[in-house]
Amino acid sequence: MTRKQLIEIWVGVFVLMGVIALAVVAFKVSNFQGLQERSSYQVHALFDNIGGLKERAPVKLSGVVVGRVNAIEVDPDTYQAKVTMSIFDDYDKLSIDTSASILTSGLLGDQYIGLNVGADDLYLQQGDRIELVQSAIVLEDLIGQFMTKFAESGD
Amino acid sequence: MKQRILNFLEQIGQSAMVLLAQWGRGAIFVANLLPALPYSFYRLELLIKQVYFTGVLSLPIILTAGLFVGMVLSLQGYNVLVDFNSEEAVGTMTALSLLRELGPVVAALLFAGRAGSAMTAEIGLMKSTEQLSALEMMAVDPRKFVFAPRFSATLIVMPLLSLMFIAMGILGGYMVAVGWLGVDEGAFWSQMHASVDWREDAVNGIIKSVAFGVLIAVIALFQGEDAVPTSEGVSGATTRTVVQASLGILALDFVLTAVMF
Repeated sequence: MTRKQLIEIWVGVFVLMGVIALAVVAFKVSNFQGLQERSSYQVHALFDNIGGLKERAPVKLSGVVVGRVNAIEVDPDTYQAKVTMSIFDDYDKLSIDTSASILTSGLLGDQYIGLNVGADDLYLQQGDRIELVQSAIVLEDLIGQFMTKFAESGD
Repeated sequence: MKQRILNFLEQIGQSAMVLLAQWGRGAIFVANLLPALPYSFYRLELLIKQVYFTGVLSLPIILTAGLFVGMVLSLQGYNVLVDFNSEEAVGTMTALSLLRELGPVVAALLFAGRAGSAMTAEIGLMKSTEQLSALEMMAVDPRKFVFAPRFSATLIVMPLLSLMFIAMGILGGYMVAVGWLGVDEGAFWSQMHASVDWREDAVNGIIKSVAFGVLIAVIALFQGEDAVPTSEGVSGATTRTVVQASLGILALDFVLTAVMF
């Protein structure tokens, strides 16, 4: 084997190792899911308070991720927070009276949207609005309520 | 007294002019190098040889350093996180710090010391033994056949080395956290998987390492070409490459982090 061939073999090994490292980073370490997004349909919901919800936060049904939060903006008419989420097409049998609530994973974890399926025969379609919502629980409000009750009962 | 003040001012002015002249020569060097870059793919064997010298020969130092950096990160993270009963997050912490900062930066620092200095010394010596002039005499453009392959090789090698550094670091962190400290294996990987974002964390880290590659290549090649053609001049140029590239990497990292995250 000539020296030139040896160099080429080593460079091949090097590039291969780099590709393996990239694959490890992409699939084992991060949440790489291919270049194209999974096909999905969009629904939105209006919340009084979204707490710390962020874009790309998961949308979960019974704890399973069924979609992602797309956009968060303020609705110009109601001044409520309008959260647009894409639900994967695999889960297109969500009844129209599905409710959405903003929950926290763990005590200090990230916030996500939890869905609860209702009993209606009609299903959510692209562009529909989820009517039944429950806003994020803000810890300060909770403590405030507790304090007022505490003060009232103390009289 | 007046004379001393004037002398002092003259010195400042002189060093500023020298610095500016060097920056100017650097800019001209880069501007001249850019059109020659496609030629690095014209003679592939030159490029492959450079990938071998800069990349393959840097492997041992990069892999060892990555393993130890990951192990230390994991150990330190565990000691803090165990107080909050959230030692599973050590995987997330190791992966995020490696992907976002330590992987690209430390790999680039090591690369600047290991390969950047060698590149400067080689080209400085080529200049002092008048090999570059000889090439020009034979109507062979040294930019196309000496500088361009080295520049492109650095651009190819830098992200690959940084990725290997990160993968080794995560392996090291895994060994310490799961193998030694007894963190739950499933929680280690799943928490890491859930909180590391491909676009936000991994791709930004790769972009960083490419930017560092450009920086190292420009500094190393320019310092070699700009070296005073004596043995003293070449050694000074090699030192300058390591110092300027290291500081440049850290400063550029701050700018990139501020823009990206």
